[in-house]
Amino acid sequence: MDFDLTDEQKAIRELARRFADEEIAPSAKERDEKEIFPDEILKKMGPLGFLGGPIPKEYGGAGLDYIAHAILTEEVGRACSSVRTTLSVHISLAQLTILKWGSEAQKKHWLPRLASGEILGCFGLTEPDTGSDAANQKTTALKKGDRWILNGAKMWISNAGKAELAIIFAQTDKSKGAKGLAAFLVERNTPGYSTRDIHGKLGMRSSNTGEIILEDCAVPAANLLGEVGQGFKVAMSGLDHGRYSVAAGSVGLIQACREASVAYAKERVQFGKPIAGFQLVQEMIARMRVSEDAARLLVYQAGHLKNRGRPDTIATCIAKYFSTEAAQQAAMDAIQVHGGYGYSNEYPVERYLRDARVATLYEGTSQIQQLIIGRHETGISAFV
Amino acid sequence: MKIVVCLKQTPDTEATIKLTADKQGIEEQNIKWVMNPYDEYAVEQALRLKEKHGGETVVVCMGPDRVTEAMRTALAMGMDKGVHLKDDAFAHSDATGTAKALAAAIKPLSPDLILCGRQAIDWDMAQVPAILAELLDMPQVTVVAKMEMGADGKSAVCNRRIEGGEEVVEVKFPAVLTCDKGLNEPRYASLPGIMKAKKKEIKPLGLAESGLSANDVGKASSKVQILEYLPLPERPPGKVFKEQETPDMVKQVVKLLREEAKII
Ligand SMILES: Cc1cc2nc3c(=O)[nH]c(=O)nc-3n(C[C@H](O)[C@H](O)[C@H](O)COP(=O)(O)OP(=O)(O)OC[C@H]3O[C@@H](n4cnc5c(N)ncnc54)[C@H](O)[C@@H]3O)c2cc1C
Repeated sequence: MDFDLTDEQKAIRELARRFADEEIAPSAKERDEKEIFPDEILKKMGPLGFLGGPIPKEYGGAGLDYIAHAILTEEVGRACSSVRTTLSVHISLAQLTILKWGSEAQKKHWLPRLASGEILGCFGLTEPDTGSDAANQKTTALKKGDRWILNGAKMWISNAGKAELAIIFAQTDKSKGAKGLAAFLVERNTPGYSTRDIHGKLGMRSSNTGEIILEDCAVPAANLLGEVGQGFKVAMSGLDHGRYSVAAGSVGLIQACREASVAYAKERVQFGKPIAGFQLVQEMIARMRVSEDAARLLVYQAGHLKNRGRPDTIATCIAKYFSTEAAQQAAMDAIQVHGGYGYSNEYPVERYLRDARVATLYEGTSQIQQLIIGRHETGISAFV
Repeated sequence: MKIVVCLKQTPDTEATIKLTADKQGIEEQNIKWVMNPYDEYAVEQALRLKEKHGGETVVVCMGPDRVTEAMRTALAMGMDKGVHLKDDAFAHSDATGTAKALAAAIKPLSPDLILCGRQAIDWDMAQVPAILAELLDMPQVTVVAKMEMGADGKSAVCNRRIEGGEEVVEVKFPAVLTCDKGLNEPRYASLPGIMKAKKKEIKPLGLAESGLSANDVGKASSKVQILEYLPLPERPPGKVFKEQETPDMVKQVVKLLREEAKII
């Protein structure tokens, strides 16, 4: 076992750290407050290869290994979870799904444009009445000549209002249940396709979340992603990547909580000494450090499996479940360390808490991760 | 056009510097090392000139193994290759010794232009580029804040920062220029750049290959003898004014800001 990063991984950490500190963090508070999407930051990330990190070079990506991909995601997540969410969806849910399931023609057509940041992608699985029970898709796809006609609605879709390309999951034959599902590549300009932004979110306020409405949306047969009947598999493989990215971003968020808390605790004086000198404060800081290290190691373990091409679903669920829960706890503790000041947006920790909150919900709630892990351990599915 | 950039690896500006017990140096273990910030302007300038006029860019650096990290950063930004002056004999060189070693590495490259940072942020001496220019018998323009290539491609018009204004100088190549903040906006290395950098050549150059002798460089040749380093004085505690009439307190604060802190 080798715990040392390679020289390239170190260089990527350094580059991402610097970019995050100089280009992302300074505007995070204002973007959060005013719900401003990070268009400008994405424009700078594109030419640096940040928007297609793990995509192979032949498709316009940077060809990063999955540990390097996690490192970059951590650093972005440390500075701003909204930007990190945008990337998690654009890179992991959209591009890596196309990379795995796309035909050569689909990959050649879409990946270079996505990886360069020319266009953004999104992933439409959740519906108004379909969340955790993702196989129960209400959106329908009916074949008509050389087109698929899509009808339905998608809810809570990150990047919906910004993406030129959506992966849409739909039911082709209700009688077949999950085996009737299929995935489609749908372009924004398709007649019958529209989006509506969702405002007033608790956190991730600088990320774009929206609804996608599909009304007799005619999609060319060539835009079927994978085969009819494979839709659920496509969705789950996408989540294997999306959850990995969320987990890595949460590691960065825990680090941000720890760094903010250590800095504050050394400066804040009560009872005649810095509060960092009180054991009960150190307990919280120690807990942050331990969960940061544990979460990071779980992420890298899943990344190692991905690099080897071995099954990583369970390792990724474990990393996602642990990191996102730990991030919430760390953000709660960070506010506690900051006292009343932590409750105002003069300090970033209240944003960390609001941002951390969603990570135990999206890409499969913590309960769903537990059920997947529990099924793996017991051999008994508690889903149905 | 062939452009050489001389690069130094220095402690990060935010690193906490601690002296060794014998006060002859600094504790190097826990320091984060970076490319000397002024050298970033030199690298950026070299890359821009190459993008516009073509040619080759070479980064030259002297120091122990760790400096290759800063060299790789330059290669990841887009420099073509590196020469690493690496030999225990080079350690503890003064500015003249360092310039001699750099000159020995650079001469065989016959560059049109040598770019350096205006100074290294560790020792702040700004001597190496000047001595280097002398050793290579080239003209030098220091503290360059703006550079315009001549139409002939063999000269440049440079604006130098001087007290209270700028001096405009024309210089014929080959020349040594030292780069100041404002000359350009250094780029970030890109992910593809980082991946490419690992395949780019960094040629090690020891004392023997450099053609120098042990007396030319290192501690033996040093005309400067460092007696000891002193730590920065502790920051004096802040002064608090209270329980007086406000106008009186303001007067005292302004007086101290002017006379003691000397910042207004
Ligand atoms: C900011 C944001 C961005 C999002 N981005 C995307 C996106 O890009 N693409 C996308 O497709 N979706 C996205 N989502 C949707 C997200 O994935 C869903 O919200 C999530 O899967 C949960 O579904 P739900 O909200 O319908 O909750 P429900 O499924 O209704 O769950 C409600 C509660 O019941 C629990 N529960 C449900 N079933 C079980 C069970 N069998 N056993 C135990 N407990 C259970 C859940 O754990 C949860 O606590 C996003 C959501 C948010 C808030």
